[in-house]
Amino acid sequence: MMRDEKGMMTPELRAEIDAILTASGNDGSKLVGILLDIQDIIPMHYIPEEVAYYLAEKLNVKVSNVYDVISFYASLYDRPRGQYPIQMCESIVCGVNDNGFVFATLQEMLGIGLNEATADGKYYLECVPCFGACDVAPAVRVNGKVYGHLNSREKIEAMLAELV
Amino acid sequence: MAKINIKINNIPLEVEEGMTILQAAKLIQVDIPHLCYHPDQSVRGHCRVCSVEVVGGRKLMPACATKVWEGMEVFTNTKKVYDTQKLLLEMILANHKQECLTCQRNGNCELQNLSKRFNLTSPKLPNVVEKLPVENNATCIVRDLSKCVKCGRCAKACREFQGIEAISYTGRSSHFKVMSAFGENLEKTDCILCGQCTAACPVGALVEKDDTDKVYEALQDPTKHVIVQVAPAVRVALGDAFGMEKASIVTSKMVTALRRLGFDQVFDTNFAADVTIMEEGTELLDRVQNGGTLPMITSCSPGWINFMEKHYPDQLAHLSTTKSPQQIFGALSKTYYPKVSGIDAKDIVTVSIMPCTAKKYEAARPEMGRDGMKDVDIVLTTRELSRMIATAGFDFAELPDDDFDAPMGIGTGAGAIFGATGGVMEAALRTVYEVATGKELVKVEFNDVRGYEGIKESEVDLNGTKVRIAVAHGLKNARVIMDAVRAGKCDYTFIEIMACPGGCIGGGGQPIKTTVDIKKMRMDALYDIDESLPLRKSHENPQVKEVYDNFLGKPCGHLSHDLLHTTYQKVDKKYTF
Ligand code: SF4
Ligand code: SF4
Ligand code: SF4
Ligand code: FES
Repeated sequence: MMRDEKGMMTPELRAEIDAILTASGNDGSKLVGILLDIQDIIPMHYIPEEVAYYLAEKLNVKVSNVYDVISFYASLYDRPRGQYPIQMCESIVCGVNDNGFVFATLQEMLGIGLNEATADGKYYLECVPCFGACDVAPAVRVNGKVYGHLNSREKIEAMLAELV
Repeated sequence: MAKINIKINNIPLEVEEGMTILQAAKLIQVDIPHLCYHPDQSVRGHCRVCSVEVVGGRKLMPACATKVWEGMEVFTNTKKVYDTQKLLLEMILANHKQECLTCQRNGNCELQNLSKRFNLTSPKLPNVVEKLPVENNATCIVRDLSKCVKCGRCAKACREFQGIEAISYTGRSSHFKVMSAFGENLEKTDCILCGQCTAACPVGALVEKDDTDKVYEALQDPTKHVIVQVAPAVRVALGDAFGMEKASIVTSKMVTALRRLGFDQVFDTNFAADVTIMEEGTELLDRVQNGGTLPMITSCSPGWINFMEKHYPDQLAHLSTTKSPQQIFGALSKTYYPKVSGIDAKDIVTVSIMPCTAKKYEAARPEMGRDGMKDVDIVLTTRELSRMIATAGFDFAELPDDDFDAPMGIGTGAGAIFGATGGVMEAALRTVYEVATGKELVKVEFNDVRGYEGIKESEVDLNGTKVRIAVAHGLKNARVIMDAVRAGKCDYTFIEIMACPGGCIGGGGQPIKTTVDIKKMRMDALYDIDESLPLRKSHENPQVKEVYDNFLGKPCGHLSHDLLHTTYQKVDKKYTF
């Protein structure tokens, strides 16, 4: 299992996490939302072990409870993904609209498979349940933003070009 | 409790309301198969191996989690029940690293027993277990998640008894695992190494680190003088491992077994427990008279010490500086014993037999030794000793009797009761009372501090001074006390805390299948030993007097301070902020 060495908690990151905690009223029962917010601001979009320990201390819960939540929710990750995790919808609608083409093209262009990151840590490919973009299928979602109608190689290239 | 009428397999029976089907079936001599159920824990109904048919119910019901009701009709023996149970077991086996022949739990494993019981000789499902690395670089506990049946018993032991939650449920569906956060090595988590999880695990996924090879090696080495000490709680539990009546007192058979295994001298930790009382009692009186930190809290339970160093590092001043009996014995075995025996300390190998996994860690602490030597070289749990006895082929129950050796083999009744929650307190009071008042204590029993209650309180009158005391066992209870101490909201003078539920008799290294009922029997057995002994106060132990007269000087004197006292350090979590 991927782990971190100490020192990933920079003062800046800590301040940002504290702000998220304050906004949630330091309420341990809102852990899922807190973790999602934190995952957004971590460059590789996951919850590092050190951050989990920090949350356990601040919210006065056990680190094992924090990990239970991270490991339980499909949208939370305990290991680094990439700067741009590219989420492909695994639903039927996207399927009939040829997301197989999107997946194959992305794999080929980036040289990575499912749940893998590019060597520079920039892109990461993953499958997720439908995120409600059926009207623009085939679509992907990257850090919350949906890119639709990806039915040609050019459109996919244009999408990647935006992720810098 | 009201009685109700039910039928199991068409046999009518009257049972108490509130019973589960699993419990009720025992009344008609039926053992419903089960795996995640543990009698001392809350019921979660994870494994469904206990599925039975209840007339009128559409689905099978888990017998461990279903309470009986008036008129209930249960079948434990239909084909549907049998097929379901068998299929579930086959699924567990398909996801299990089947290595029985080389497994520490071989012959003592609940999954193995079930597999035998269901005659699973030709499983139809292919084995798909994910082979994960065995975590065996720790001092006390070895973990092999590929043998884990995901019953959750370890997590419940850690949470419900200890309130630590070092192990917990992680992931879901096919990724579901019972493990520590981020899969971290246990020793680096909040774990305090008590071993309660190893005692609760039905299989070989969590076991004590086996150090018997080191003992065999020492015993085979002609240049080594190998001595052994045995903790009080071992002698009322070891017989369980050999199918003897539960909680039998097997002291003299155990001495014979150790001697025949080849130990040069067989000594008693009870002797060291008596020395502990001399030191700790003196320390307590000193703190009371000279304004030291109060309440003073006992320090003989290494899981408890780990807990304080990891979880209450700001409260370490409350801990008695007196070492545990194991370490007092160890220190004397490398200083006093060489002096009286003429054997060079560097040729002595000191082995301990302990009911406890955390004792391995305690002995390995760098501060527990001198001149490059460890005070205690090797620690074996009760379970490891039972394996050595089995290997030797001794018919344990039939062994003749033998006695401990001099000069560290006499223990008083006070030393014996160290193995039960409340015992250290009672032992200390017997001595402190006489020292403080100068009067003879006629009634030596302090019944207020006996028994299985989680937290016990009492008050003792020491020559007109009322002293408030408390006793707690299980770290969940300890936490209640420590939060009060931290908040300055407690008026106790002296507190005894042991990490394991019931004290050492319920230690994490005791024979598998220890339940609360068995622990209570072991407690009674220790009090029986106490009552049967001519000497019941530590300060009356002649060997203890001798060690002070001829070696140590006085309790808490200069040499004692050097050898028998220690210090504690804050242990940082993996990350600090
Ligand atoms: S845990 Fe039990 S079933 Fe599994 S290998 Fe060990 S003895 Fe065999
Ligand atoms: S040894 Fe004790 S503290 Fe550590 S995981 Fe097991 S039960 Fe929990
Ligand atoms: S480690 Fe043992 S007790 Fe814990 S879940 Fe696995 S099988 Fe059960
Ligand atoms: S023993 Fe009943 S569900 Fe596991």
